[in-house]
Amino acid sequence: MGPVNYPGNNNELIKISGLEVHFAARTGFISSLISKNSSLVRAVDGVDFNLRRGEILCLAGESGSGKTTTGKAILRLVEPTGGEVIFDGENVLQFNRSRLRKFRQDAQIIFQDPYESLNPRQTVFSTVAEPLEVNHLCSSMEEKEERVAEALKDAGLSNPGEIFIRYPHELSGGQRQRLAIASALVLKPDFIVADEPVSMLDLSIRAGILKLMVDLRDKKGICYLFITHDLSLAWLVSDRIAIMYLGKIVELGTADAVIKSPLHPYTRALVSVIPVPKKISLAGRTLLKGETPDPVNIPPGCRFHPRCPEAAERCRDEEPLYREVSPNHFGACHFI
Amino acid sequence: MNLPAYNKSALVVWKKNLKSFWLIYSQNIMGLLGLGILTFFALMAIFGPYLVSITTLTIDGVTQVMHPPTSNYWLGTDDLGKDVFAGVIIGSRVSLLVGLAATAISMTIGTSIGIISGFYGKFTDTLLMRFTDVFLVIPWLPLMLVMAALLGPSLGNIIFVIGITSWAGTARIIRSQTLSIKERPYVERARAIGSGDGHIMIYHILPNVFPLIFANTVLVAAIAILSETTLSFLGMGDPTQVTWGMMLHFAFSMGAVSFGAWWWLLPPGICVVLVVLSFTFIGYALDEVLNPKLRRRDQ
Repeated sequence: MGPVNYPGNNNELIKISGLEVHFAARTGFISSLISKNSSLVRAVDGVDFNLRRGEILCLAGESGSGKTTTGKAILRLVEPTGGEVIFDGENVLQFNRSRLRKFRQDAQIIFQDPYESLNPRQTVFSTVAEPLEVNHLCSSMEEKEERVAEALKDAGLSNPGEIFIRYPHELSGGQRQRLAIASALVLKPDFIVADEPVSMLDLSIRAGILKLMVDLRDKKGICYLFITHDLSLAWLVSDRIAIMYLGKIVELGTADAVIKSPLHPYTRALVSVIPVPKKISLAGRTLLKGETPDPVNIPPGCRFHPRCPEAAERCRDEEPLYREVSPNHFGACHFI
Repeated sequence: MNLPAYNKSALVVWKKNLKSFWLIYSQNIMGLLGLGILTFFALMAIFGPYLVSITTLTIDGVTQVMHPPTSNYWLGTDDLGKDVFAGVIIGSRVSLLVGLAATAISMTIGTSIGIISGFYGKFTDTLLMRFTDVFLVIPWLPLMLVMAALLGPSLGNIIFVIGITSWAGTARIIRSQTLSIKERPYVERARAIGSGDGHIMIYHILPNVFPLIFANTVLVAAIAILSETTLSFLGMGDPTQVTWGMMLHFAFSMGAVSFGAWWWLLPPGICVVLVVLSFTFIGYALDEVLNPKLRRRDQ
């Protein structure tokens, strides 16, 4: 399978609409007495997008934009407070315990930090065999060993038999992330949330891990939600890019369209600061002022207006509509 | 593909772990000393009773009563003419047995309550921790005395009473570590692959709090042995069993102090102190081995 034929590919695997994750903000005892209204952290605040089979969709944005929470909410590792996640025709948010466990075989996650996401007291073998054991997928030891070896091999760890009894701390960062990928692959999932899978790795091994993930997509048709803060990386691996800001998607389109002709001022600012291996002045770049606001106090109107270089009066009061600006290219700004 | 059988490799892993553990532990002088003393007493408890003849514990004529140490009776005799040396050796078995069995009970309760409490949090946590607090603040000696008196003096009851009164501290420690471990990404990963709560607690939380359990066990064992001695000394022990505590109890009540029979009082007392000390030494050494932050650079 080559790259996914976009936009002809309409083989929809996941449809997310109005996804919300609100947390009750932790306030002190005294302040909860003074102010009556309990404050909410609106980490994910109404997100809509869909994912097609064999597609890589990048969810990009600054830290604190809610991209990781979105990924985990789709898998119900964080309980969403509203919206819908339709996976292969079924609403994930209505799954009961046993159906949810079955769903975990179809949808997997790779975590950011391979030093923390592997149990330090589990060997390579038991790390990869665990998903099979928990889900009672293997009837015999031979079958288990075979599937573990196969997954390790698919994840690019050569000589799987030799590293069976190693511990994670005996492996390098790249090998650890490959191990984490193997433990997700062993269940043969259709969908993987990759939460910044290379951000903790050395630059030199990033390419190998990225290539592995793209190869797996090509070979097995796995669909990825690739979460990253690095737009150049998003451009490199993804078919489509969604830009998230303060819990909402502000722009979504094909990777080329988003990077080469960004609609939203926020995307333009992010694209303008993509590092290029050439010395250029900062003059041509849009540097955003300040930090992402606190998701407890999301600004009224357009949530980006306090930092937007093009903000006008209207942006303060009126929330812009998220709409299809050009075919398959969505954006939420008054001036696009 | 030629793969090693996994069952075989589990043994290899175990051996490897043990070797690296010993490498660090053997550099700790305190730990080695503690282990040495404990080994001595363990061997005494296992093989000692076969070496001393049981007849030395029987009454041996009026002339031999309260006799200071001689070549025949290395540690003298008591008020009934029984050999103190034989008593010390035979008593080691029951003293250690009671201590270890009580520790096993205490650690099982403490670990289960700690892990469940920390893992589930919220209402479960509040309930279990208030329950633990009750056991933590009740003065343990009066509680033990009341329970021992109610249940009657038998070995099983002594073990039960000590076990049931000494788990609270362990539960607290295990709970706090569980709170930290359950937030680690590998626990979230375990959930993502479809593991249930029980699986996560047994396969992910337990192995990672195990070093703490291990180090704590040794310290609880010291307390349990001391408790057994205390209870027996105060007359709550099983009078048909020879333990160090029972020996002290009879020595005290039969006036060994006023008689000046130091050979009757000192040996069981010193044995208790040495065993408790050895456990404490091992406990501190384990703490240093298993908690890398406490380990000195030059070691």
